[in-house]
Amino acid sequence: MMTRAAIVVCWVLAIGLALFLVLPLAVIAAASFSPTPVFDLPLSGASLRWYGRIGRLDGFWPSLFLSLQIALLSTALSLVAGTLAAIAIARGKLPGATALGTLLVSPLMMPGLVLGIALLQYFRMIGFTATWSALLVAHLVVTLPYVARTMIAGLSRFDFTLIEAARTLGCTYAGSVIRVMVPALAPSFLISGLFSLLASFDNYPVSIFLTDVRSKTLPIRMLQYIEEAPDPTLAALSTLILAGTLVLLLISDRLVGLHRMAGTAD
Amino acid sequence: MTEAVLSAPVVKPAPDRERLAALGFVAPSVLIIAVVFVLPLALLLGVSVLDSKGGPTTAHYVRLLGTPYYLGVIWNSLRLGLLTTLIAFVISYPAAFALARARGPLRSALLATLFLPLAASVIVKAFAWTILLRSDGLINTVLIALGIIEDPIRMIFTQTALIIGAVNIFLPFMVLPIYAVVAQLDGRYAEAAATLGASPAVVFLRVILPLTLPGIIAGVALVFSLSVSAYVVPTLLIGEKYPTLATTIAKAYLLARDPGFGAAAGVVLLAIAVVVVALSTLLSREPK
Repeated sequence: MMTRAAIVVCWVLAIGLALFLVLPLAVIAAASFSPTPVFDLPLSGASLRWYGRIGRLDGFWPSLFLSLQIALLSTALSLVAGTLAAIAIARGKLPGATALGTLLVSPLMMPGLVLGIALLQYFRMIGFTATWSALLVAHLVVTLPYVARTMIAGLSRFDFTLIEAARTLGCTYAGSVIRVMVPALAPSFLISGLFSLLASFDNYPVSIFLTDVRSKTLPIRMLQYIEEAPDPTLAALSTLILAGTLVLLLISDRLVGLHRMAGTAD
Repeated sequence: MTEAVLSAPVVKPAPDRERLAALGFVAPSVLIIAVVFVLPLALLLGVSVLDSKGGPTTAHYVRLLGTPYYLGVIWNSLRLGLLTTLIAFVISYPAAFALARARGPLRSALLATLFLPLAASVIVKAFAWTILLRSDGLINTVLIALGIIEDPIRMIFTQTALIIGAVNIFLPFMVLPIYAVVAQLDGRYAEAAATLGASPAVVFLRVILPLTLPGIIAGVALVFSLSVSAYVVPTLLIGEKYPTLATTIAKAYLLARDPGFGAAAGVVLLAIAVVVVALSTLLSREPK
């Protein structure tokens, strides 16, 4: 029961919010087609030269591969570990399940930079100096809370008796999990996977303390490019990533609906 | 959730076997968090009370909490967190109701604008804002063209730039949890209250607000803890002029090589985050 004026205000804010969120992305996309090395808007023409330069950025490919490896691996591991934990917590067969849930989600709210320096000291103390493994382990702490949070919320709304019903109707246990639980939880899997991937891929504050000169993740390279010589190459790279994500979002919307994904984000 | 309604033909495992399985299920996650999160933070706590020779000291905390400069730094962090959270909430809460009413392609488009920014690096978005907010940038150009201002306003490297950038970057984390709750809101409660004679204001305060409180708490806690500890945003949008706890920590480690002081600053930032988590947990347990 909202009054007409309140409804109008809500809509104005929602549209304004959408435009505000897209504004910097539009600037990045526009700058990527700039014919000159300076970001002058409006553009005096269009050029694809910066797209051709992405691959020639100093140290770009190793950084991209490193970031992709770490993001994909930490997300995959978190999805498995986090979903298992969420099942145990949501089924409530464990003493102190709520406290465990809070523990698993808590790194999400903790300052990344503090985790970064804490890990730097900790890894040095225990003599764990392998950069790649250190990054992977650290990123698990970045991605696991996203999965735990979304899966606990998703599973707390899932009716586990449905699995028993499927088994009564002749499904095997594995079959009932795959055919009943997985489709019901698809939005939770998608959103936690997407959030984990992006959180790891874009992580700066934890990675900065764990990388060395030879292996730098992409965000650390990007800040270095911006500080050294900002030209639209970075904008071109970001535009490609945005386009890729847009495709992912369109597919997700077709498959499960963005509103179902957003609805599990509490 | 009703257990065992249809369980007759299914052999139920013994309760202690179930508990054992549940323990096995949580073990990997708990192990990761314990070894790579709790232990390192405990170590940080230790480092923060050690001097450069390894002896116990409270000097780092005295310096941090006893000098006006560093108290100002702590306030800068809190101020960034509070302002960002407040503005993000004021925009997000009403917008979430419109979002929940939208259907079809409009809903998909609006929701996509919430997810899409997460795919652009914070670094790149902050950089986009430096382009937008420059004296000869898009915003000044538009304002001058519209005749709203005559001379360009200096925005970049000001607190205005900082807050605009921070709100922009952390907004999705406020909207999404609120939307998730508002979308599930059962309109019949509000209708029932109105039928029983409640005015729109009363319906909002007594029915809608309490029912959406969990989403508000989740969004506020998340955005505050993200913005209070933001590092890239203040570094790129305001720089040295607005030192925060996060930039102080980074400086202590990366430039000054003063891990004890950096650790103490880290512990203060951590304490702020712990208070936020504790408060939000406590508030969301409150009976509705």
